[in-house]
Amino acid sequence: MNVVVCAKQIPDPSSPQSLDPETGFLVREGKLILDDSDAYGVEMGLRLAEESGGGEVTLVSMAPGGEVSGLRTALAMGAAKAILVSDDALKGSDALSTAKVLAKAVERANPDLVIAATESTDGYTGTMPVQMAELLGMPSVTFAKKVTVEGDKVRVERQTEAGYDEVECTLPVVVTVTAGVVEPRYPSFKGIMAAKSKPVDQLSIADLGFEPSEVGAAGARQQVTSVVDAESRQAGEVVVDEGDAHERVLAFLEQIKVI
Amino acid sequence: MSIERVWVLAEAGEAGPVSSVLELLTKARSMAPVVEAIAWGPASSSHASVLGSYGAGAVYDVGDLGDALPGVPVSAAIAGLIEAGERPDVILVPATYDGRDVAGRLSARLDRPVVTNVVDLEVEGDEVRSKHGIFGGAQVATACLTAERPWIFVVRAKSFSAEDAGGPPAEVRQASLGESVAASIARTNAAKVLARHAEERSGPKLDEATVVVSGGRGLGSGESYAMIEELAKLLDGAPGASRAIVDAGWVPYAYQVGQTGKTVKPTVYIACGISGATQHLVGMKGSKNIVAINKDQDAPIFSVADLGIVGDVHKVLPKLIEALKARS
Repeated sequence: MNVVVCAKQIPDPSSPQSLDPETGFLVREGKLILDDSDAYGVEMGLRLAEESGGGEVTLVSMAPGGEVSGLRTALAMGAAKAILVSDDALKGSDALSTAKVLAKAVERANPDLVIAATESTDGYTGTMPVQMAELLGMPSVTFAKKVTVEGDKVRVERQTEAGYDEVECTLPVVVTVTAGVVEPRYPSFKGIMAAKSKPVDQLSIADLGFEPSEVGAAGARQQVTSVVDAESRQAGEVVVDEGDAHERVLAFLEQIKVI
Repeated sequence: MSIERVWVLAEAGEAGPVSSVLELLTKARSMAPVVEAIAWGPASSSHASVLGSYGAGAVYDVGDLGDALPGVPVSAAIAGLIEAGERPDVILVPATYDGRDVAGRLSARLDRPVVTNVVDLEVEGDEVRSKHGIFGGAQVATACLTAERPWIFVVRAKSFSAEDAGGPPAEVRQASLGESVAASIARTNAAKVLARHAEERSGPKLDEATVVVSGGRGLGSGESYAMIEELAKLLDGAPGASRAIVDAGWVPYAYQVGQTGKTVKPTVYIACGISGATQHLVGMKGSKNIVAINKDQDAPIFSVADLGIVGDVHKVLPKLIEALKARS
């Protein structure tokens, strides 16, 4: 079974982020890392490929400047190869443009199953995988909290408002996984060494048949007109627990008439 | 071209349209003279009176979807209406599991961008300005679409308050899929729901509760989450969680409060062992009151808390639980 996992490489979320004041685009400088949300997809992809016997995982990613450091992490976990779309014209791409580009890249890997995170940690629009599925002409099952493959069908437990739905779908299909769906493995030393020589196929938008006007800021068809700091809350009283802090909590709950 | 017509995606559960839909209808009334809803499901036409009451003049009824997931057929039905000549200027979508599926599919189908994580909307002349929390809500960006209409916005829950306008029942218009459309989506609509499971949960729903007690990594282990559940129960509240402990598998995703999870605005939010990463704060900082208990006095959660307790949740919570039990 051929599994494609969409792997986003993002600035380290623990370092501060900002928008370019001129363009309103997310500033992406320095080393990128594999989005934590995608580590679950990589792990799920590896397990399903292993279980199906003889399958492999191909990573698909879009990142500026030929960035591969996040992909190397996923390759070290066990993915076989990667397709990276990197092109200056992609700067400022919205979710739909990204979906168009990734769909073309995903097609190249001829997948039986495409896995993505429900949403990325940095952009979190949460629509890209479904847009990509529509463009690929594939069904999709989102918010998967459990995924198994039997023959030519995928079986998914899909998170719902009330609980979960058991959903079945014939392959090929796009599945988005929630965090915590599986425990991502740590790359072994051997894996890290092997990852260095695994193939990363780098493509431009021209390779995928796009004009610069179709993607990036031009394709996004939206403008950020202003960015301001959110209204901040005032910090209240902070008390160090000396064994009686629960009484302070009780008094507070009484004061706001919750109890 | 001014904003004349707004459609609202009217997702419904067993109890009728979800609360976000009523919020969006209320907002839509202030945006355009014509407000209409898109509904589906076995009882969709029975929601016409509540949808009308909140401002929908008409409801397009896609009908019962059987065992299909809504994303593909509902987006196909909306695209079908637009191809048939209907011209909504704006389509408002609640940020629910199914809402995001419909919005994503529709965006790709119509080749229109979709704007997500919207927390406010404003009509300015011929434009719609949308506001979005970015970087976990630390900043607010205002954006404006330059694409052709319709403009699709996915709006976070509780961005607007729902107000009943006492309108007459919405006129029901059939929008069921014709044979050719049904055939055209046969492949993409292949996912089938085999069974629906409702998880037994007593007490109020997380996003409707007046008291929310949430636990984070500071609990130390999954077993300690029982304290959160017990405290929530004693306060007639709902238990919630930070992303960290959902990722760790201690509690299901449905408990998650934050950017990726639910937005809550209870009377009081009690954060236990939660450091307060921005991705968590975005989901709870609209709470009326916030109490935080955390060992680390530098934890960011204290910057939004009305009452902060620097202490060990394993010491404070058992005493709090005992004291509450003694009162009841």
